[in-house]
Amino acid sequence: MSGQAAATLRRQSVSGLPTTRVLSWGRYPKIAHQYVHKPGWNDQVPGILQAAAPGSLLPHGLGRSYGDSCLNDGRQLIDCRRLNRILGFDEASGMIRCESGVSLSDIIDVTLSKGWFLSVTPGTRFVTIGGAVANDVHGKNHHCAGTFGAYVRQIALHRSNDGLVICNAEENPDMLHATIGGLGLTGVIAWADIQLKRVAGPWIDAECEPFESISSFLDLSRDSDGRFEYTVAWLDCFAGKNLRGIFFRGNHSADQGKDFHPRGGPRLPFAMPNWMLNRYSVKAFNKAYYTVHAYKESAEVVPYDSFFYPLDRVRRWNLVYGKNGFLQYQCVIPETRVDALEELLDRIAGSGMGSFLGVLKQFGSAPPAGMLSFPRPGLTIALDFAMRGERTLKLMQTLDEVVQQSGGALYPAKDARMSPALFEASFPHCHDFVSYIDPKMSSSFWRRVMGAR
Amino acid sequence: MSESTEAGRVKPPTGSFFAMKKIIVLGATSSIALEVQRQLARRGCQLLLVGRAPERLAEIQADLVVWGAKQVLTYSADLAVIQQHVGLMEFCRRAFFDFDTVLLAYGSMRNQKDCETSIEALREELQVNFVSAAALLTLFAADLERRRAGCLAAITSVAGDRGRRSNYVYGASKGALSLFLQGLRSRLHPVGVRVITIKPGPVQTPMTDHLPNSARFADPKEVGCDIANALESRSPDVLYTPRIWRYVMTAVQQIPETIFKRLAF
Repeated sequence: MSGQAAATLRRQSVSGLPTTRVLSWGRYPKIAHQYVHKPGWNDQVPGILQAAAPGSLLPHGLGRSYGDSCLNDGRQLIDCRRLNRILGFDEASGMIRCESGVSLSDIIDVTLSKGWFLSVTPGTRFVTIGGAVANDVHGKNHHCAGTFGAYVRQIALHRSNDGLVICNAEENPDMLHATIGGLGLTGVIAWADIQLKRVAGPWIDAECEPFESISSFLDLSRDSDGRFEYTVAWLDCFAGKNLRGIFFRGNHSADQGKDFHPRGGPRLPFAMPNWMLNRYSVKAFNKAYYTVHAYKESAEVVPYDSFFYPLDRVRRWNLVYGKNGFLQYQCVIPETRVDALEELLDRIAGSGMGSFLGVLKQFGSAPPAGMLSFPRPGLTIALDFAMRGERTLKLMQTLDEVVQQSGGALYPAKDARMSPALFEASFPHCHDFVSYIDPKMSSSFWRRVMGAR
Repeated sequence: MSESTEAGRVKPPTGSFFAMKKIIVLGATSSIALEVQRQLARRGCQLLLVGRAPERLAEIQADLVVWGAKQVLTYSADLAVIQQHVGLMEFCRRAFFDFDTVLLAYGSMRNQKDCETSIEALREELQVNFVSAAALLTLFAADLERRRAGCLAAITSVAGDRGRRSNYVYGASKGALSLFLQGLRSRLHPVGVRVITIKPGPVQTPMTDHLPNSARFADPKEVGCDIANALESRSPDVLYTPRIWRYVMTAVQQIPETIFKRLAF
């Protein structure tokens, strides 16, 4: 697969067409782009939109989407990372106005010392505001806070056909609704107003609790969701029938006594050789991880970054899956279909292809903030699979069957291969969404699931 | 392309000494200047931003206030036009009179081939990168010399360390500025005014986006961090950033001209 892509790349560069390779976080698929625009200022964006051919552009941020939803095969990207100004922050109300390339990390750097934190944060701080809105990201507090989009009060959107459009609850509310979770297809966000939330400080009262079956996970989850703002579980998908995992839960701590010093971490220098990651090494890792957490002190006060962003400590951790990259599989299964979840885990355990990053979380019942929002009531599970060609894709197809049959859904931000049928089943509003797409925008993902246009 | 924002994680805000600083940035909308300003804002500095586009200056002004700058003023002028310097100096004396540091951060990199075929392009390149910069530095040097304190810093380039066939006009303009700073440093040393020559290697900015391999160039955030740290500390006189370029350029300068003239880069 990747060999082929590399050959295509070479051919294209030989033929003299300028091409740029931009990879998503999963480093699969390997795609060449015709051009990457890098505007430094919002005033340059309308010009880029005007000059482009229909269906040729896609805004791109820090590239933390795993699959192809942030890519635009053979066409163009607008790299928004230089549009990173914070245009205003009201310390009294916690409202912050950011350009689309501002990262969540920047927001935390600016606001945490003043007692404000993100109302919803995903598992990495290295995503842009644009990306967080476009994928309507969720976090460990979905059960009580909903998604990121629920805190977006206002968006200014560059549209190729009608200039700068302001979207809020009164003005263009449907465009706001479409842009949240809109996969970047509705236009380029000039700036967005985000509501932050008050916190006492950078500390989290965290607990971890081992569990050994789905039912005990559900018990823990039900018991914790009322008392804890943040809950999530790590899952050992190699344990097979006797499933096990660690349940993490936490609240913002009132503790302010300690000084907070952010720590840097290592960085993976290059793609790890493929043989390093096999069922034995992953099994051993999982066993060690489980043992350490099952026997360590269950309650402690930890810094927010190690609680929310443990993987950010290792920069470029995605290289651990080798040069072929990896696929992440995140689906949501209705709560009443625990049997489907068990079936899913069985199939994964049977394949021997799972990895160390199995995450399980119970979503709450907050209404979706966007037209194509992924989170919905049920159980969501996310797993990484190193890309091993056909074999990996086949396994994921068998998982799709279970998800579709149970009435669940797959998460576009993590996807590089779902079928149009599953997308349509997951997002019944996708046809209504089409009319909100900016005529100059398209993405690899969108063409794959909705047909080329 | 994703890891760059994480590189060069910023130093936490430091002591009160720096918080008192009043800094003028000439060419405040240049990519490297943007990163330096963020660092300075985090440390609570007061800033005067000078650039061409008033709306862009207003945008950065808002951002820097959020990042912690005590005060941010803006002044729009085309610094390449020497006639506009007087107005700037007047504004500084009036609204920002006790400034202690000046960072000159603007520059232009035209296509080398254009500069070989068009004398106008050549003249423009030298005017922007050297003549106007030297004029400004002279004005500010007079001011600081009278006060017997302060710091002048200017961004030149490693390209000024040796003339190369692929961009010697840019290199000459930056090299001339480096020499100018060298002399100025010597002149101002006795009165206690510091002069810093900043020589970045290739950096990922709009100026270099069109060059091959630009994805491998240094992260502006890292460079901005180095520069802010240099403004804060007492050393060095000449800052290479990223630091590896000090060693690279030392080696490059050793290559005999008979060999160097044959190298096609």
